[in-house]
Amino acid sequence: MSVLKFFTRRSSAPAARERLQLLLAHERAVFGRTDLVAQLKDEILAVIAKHIAIDPEKVRIKTDTRDTLATLEVDIEIRTPNGGLKLAG
Amino acid sequence: MAEVLVVTSGKGGVGKTTSTAALGAALAQTGQSVVVIDFDVGLRNLDLVMGAERRVVYDLINVVQGDANLNQALIKDKRVESLSLLPASQTRDKDALTAEGVERVINELKGKFDWIICDSPAGIERGAYFAMRHADLAVIVTNPEVSSVRDSDRIIGLLDSKTEKAERGETMEKLLLLTRYDPVRAERGDMLKVDDVLEILSIPLLGIIPESPEVLKASNLGSPVTLANPISAPSRAYLDAARRLRGETIEMTVPSEKKRFFGNLFGRRAA
Ligand SMILES: Nc1ncnc2c1ncn2[C@@H]1O[C@H](COP(=O)(O)OP(=O)(O)O)[C@@H](O)[C@H]1O
Ligand SMILES: [Mg+2]
Repeated sequence: MSVLKFFTRRSSAPAARERLQLLLAHERAVFGRTDLVAQLKDEILAVIAKHIAIDPEKVRIKTDTRDTLATLEVDIEIRTPNGGLKLAG
Repeated sequence: MAEVLVVTSGKGGVGKTTSTAALGAALAQTGQSVVVIDFDVGLRNLDLVMGAERRVVYDLINVVQGDANLNQALIKDKRVESLSLLPASQTRDKDALTAEGVERVINELKGKFDWIICDSPAGIERGAYFAMRHADLAVIVTNPEVSSVRDSDRIIGLLDSKTEKAERGETMEKLLLLTRYDPVRAERGDMLKVDDVLEILSIPLLGIIPESPEVLKASNLGSPVTLANPISAPSRAYLDAARRLRGETIEMTVPSEKKRFFGNLFGRRAA
């Protein structure tokens, strides 16, 4: 080990933190935290509502896992008088 | 109304049994009536940590299977009157516990105690599932270390889906108990800090238990650490956590041993 390397020894905790954050983001999607769906719903709604007028009651979000495949299904009904997309703002 | 609390973690060896005994004794020390239940069928050790191993006659499985009643199986602590233990058995039959049996025992205990504390086995199998099944409140024991944090995250997912409370559509209250914490190593950047773990798991903090030789000393003596040495750093951390469980607001600290120079020089004594 070089003298320089010895003196500039990097701490290992930030690496642990980073690895955990990446890993858990993946595992939570696979195994599911039940509040994940509620949280996703709120956040997706907020993003869409910035651009499109939507009825929060008409949004369905479903997660599913089969074997190694995890799916996220988002079903949003957009109602406008003329049937087309209506952008807010 | 009795409060059912599960002490769980996913990973083994992080301090669940130590914490069950310490929190159970600490709550009993404040006058609450408490029963601690060992769900680690086959590998029981809560009786050893509590110093009651020679008084075990009947166990949880005997009661679940109807071969003994609760009063025959419950072991009253000799130091704190309001503390009792329901030991696990050493049977190797993992199927000895049944869902209906466990439910009946928990319901019966609810009529007798203020707190029912369930010491979960490691893993995410039957035993861990039975221990959390009827809980109102979960204490997640986590060490500041990657595999422990990861397993705690899995357990949080199970608490939010596999428990009675979750199935009723209610939210399980989950509290983080960070154990074996070494503030010096965390400050040096060699160990995850309290805030790192809190941010990753995003559940409220119940307490921070420092790494301390007092824990091993207490288990050598067969006594919850809060009874063996109530003024030691881990004991003060557990006693504070118990008061938080009772709804008190107490400033969060990592207690440390006072450096008693002369005490250390002349007062050295083996446990
Ligand atoms: N705060 C602590 N400081 C030092 N050692 C500890 C601490 N908490 C637990 N231990 C030790 O860690 C080991 C595992 O603890 P235990 O409570 O049996 O874990 P678990 O029930 O989660 O498997 C035991 O040897 C115990 O003495
Ligand atoms: Mg244990």
